[in-house]
Amino acid sequence: MPEKSDLPAAMSGISRRRRPPLAWVGNGFLIIVAVLAAYVLVSNLAKNPIEFLQNVLDGLKLGCVYALIALGYTMVYGIVKLINFAHGDVFMVGAFTSFYAVSQFNLHQWPQMLFPAIPAGISLVVGSFTVILLSMVVCTLLAITIERVAYKPLRDAPRIAALITAIGVSFFLEFFGALQFVFSPRFIPYKSPFDTTAWYIQGGIHPIVSGQSSPDNTISFSNIFLIILVASVLVQLFLQFLVRRTKIGVAMRAASFDKPTARLMGINVDRVISFTFAIGAAFAGLGGVLYAIAYASIWTQLGILPGLKAFVAAVLGGIGSLPGAFVGALIMGQAESLTMSYISTPMRDAVAFTILIIVLLVKPTGIFGEPAGEKA
Amino acid sequence: MKRFLSLTAIVLVLMVAVIGCQQAPKVLKVAVLAPLSGPVPTFGVSTRDGALLAINEWNAKGGVLNMKITPVVEDSQCTPDPAVNAANKVINQDKVHYIVGEVCSKASIPISEIANAAKVIQISPTSTNTAVTVDKSGATKAYIFRACFIDPFQGKVGATFAFNNLKAKNAFIMFDQSNDYVKGLAEAFEATFTQLGGKIVGKESYDGAKDTDFSAILTKVKGAKPDIVYLPDYYNVVNLATKQAKAKGITAPFMGGDGWDSSDLDTKASDGGYYTNHYSPDDQRAEVQNFLKAYGAAYKDDKNNPKVPDALAALAYDATNLLLTAIKNAGADNTDKVKAAMEGISFDAVSGKITYDAQHNPVKGAVILKVTGGKVTFNSFVAP
Repeated sequence: MPEKSDLPAAMSGISRRRRPPLAWVGNGFLIIVAVLAAYVLVSNLAKNPIEFLQNVLDGLKLGCVYALIALGYTMVYGIVKLINFAHGDVFMVGAFTSFYAVSQFNLHQWPQMLFPAIPAGISLVVGSFTVILLSMVVCTLLAITIERVAYKPLRDAPRIAALITAIGVSFFLEFFGALQFVFSPRFIPYKSPFDTTAWYIQGGIHPIVSGQSSPDNTISFSNIFLIILVASVLVQLFLQFLVRRTKIGVAMRAASFDKPTARLMGINVDRVISFTFAIGAAFAGLGGVLYAIAYASIWTQLGILPGLKAFVAAVLGGIGSLPGAFVGALIMGQAESLTMSYISTPMRDAVAFTILIIVLLVKPTGIFGEPAGEKA
Repeated sequence: MKRFLSLTAIVLVLMVAVIGCQQAPKVLKVAVLAPLSGPVPTFGVSTRDGALLAINEWNAKGGVLNMKITPVVEDSQCTPDPAVNAANKVINQDKVHYIVGEVCSKASIPISEIANAAKVIQISPTSTNTAVTVDKSGATKAYIFRACFIDPFQGKVGATFAFNNLKAKNAFIMFDQSNDYVKGLAEAFEATFTQLGGKIVGKESYDGAKDTDFSAILTKVKGAKPDIVYLPDYYNVVNLATKQAKAKGITAPFMGGDGWDSSDLDTKASDGGYYTNHYSPDDQRAEVQNFLKAYGAAYKDDKNNPKVPDALAALAYDATNLLLTAIKNAGADNTDKVKAAMEGISFDAVSGKITYDAQHNPVKGAVILKVTGGKVTFNSFVAP
């Protein structure tokens, strides 16, 4: 029986490839890097704990934005095994949609215009929610269209074809958006639906008046930071609930596990896939609006780097895993913020992508990932 | 018959043209090479309008050396190839001896090679790259000049203003490591500021094309407590950084260069900031106010209101005036004499009193603008 005797040889071939003879060199290097990083962090924490905490908070803000994008990557990958590189550009479209809604149509002021009697605060909250909802809807429709036009015809094609198509769609959105009559190639100052205010903590919480100084060695944070934090946690909980407790969630898990069998069980797999794209895009749209409010300058390539970093976050957490994407994104945010503070600003992206390489070398399945049973 | 008639007509027109030329030999041709199409057409229109205004004013006063000045306008597109074609056309076909242009350094540099070889005087109104007037071996191109200051000069002026006028003793520098313009300004600022006795309390770089989050740098700024933060980048980075600085409770004013000069500058976030620029319409010097009046009378906007000239128009106007004054001082339409006259000129231009250094860069002042109350206002004029 030649087949049987072949099998162990193939297996050992795989394991040999996974554990090269000089693995200890790489591992030793990693340990040295980890020790160095720990030393830098601990010594800086001891030197100025308040500044350290401030940097952690800034990293948390970045991480939560990445989390909103990473969820979309991981969900789509979980079901169709496609890395949807256009996801970062859907995020960009979300930011632009809200920009036009606010600057051209004053959508954030509609409650006040229709019902002048209601208090300004409530009007602002309702108006801002409308803007965010509109962006989410636009992104959802865009993602469904992209899925129909660019990915669905390639469902039975080799996976690399869909991947390259995704890159094509991404470039299309960036450079179509850069046309003068679409979004224009300029950096556009973003008009926020509400003003950002900041506070500092010193025996209580005090507001920072724009243009006035806050005391030294205090921790400051802004309202947009709180909104991003709350939004990403809520979205995470919502998706957990959706995937674990609802019928469509069961269908998603079934389609992810085994598409042909799911189809035999009466699940409309195509609709489930469209739904997955839609929900990922909706939260990318939400992330886009919040990102634009926080950083207030938008252009058509604004989605590239956050998109790539969210992708790294999804891989780090274990692509296909929802909690993994969230945890991975938080780690990425911290890595970036602490690199900027304690190593050097230009190193931030280098560190982010070094993490990707290390994860792929050491634990390709990521933190929460299940070991790949089939060839992934 | 029709063909015969039209041929006759053409021949007649040509004859008139030839006779016309013979009868009035005293015409001085000046080429204006401007990017009227391509990526920056608005720059081109301003440049052409500024140059033509100066030529019309000289013609109204009787021209130069009793010669009428005829402009030859060509579109050089802010791109090397069309710029080279335009330069060859005006030099070989139109036989001009003087060129005003181009706007962009990357177009001005190839034009300067051709002009210098043909001993044609070129004066670029706005190209700031040092390679426009200096060749690869470091020698000055004899026939090439410019009307704007070069990049490092802005850093020098910024540092002088911060130290002397704002009484800043400690400065923090933020700069884009991948942008030569920003780096040049930052280095010049640092050198001058320390030379004057100030202290650089921190220096952080970033990548302006990619970075949007400056919180870690700004936390360091907050800790370093500078009197001024020098950020000589373009408006998009300035908008991001100043907004995040305000949210961190940083009150030290930000300062930059002409990259801030944009209608898209977030004046709320950058409130209290300063930047250096070539010219300001709010400057009360007589040269500026007379130029404003003349420009507004000659050019109208869509609503038929007088147009307010931008820095490009002002510099093109200055470049043309400098050239014609040098020709007048030289006393002859001879580029060697005009070149010598240019080198020795001292001229009160809209953008300040201009003299030339050995590398044909103008030695002149800059204006300091302040962002305050949602507007950009003229603060002061700093002599070199």
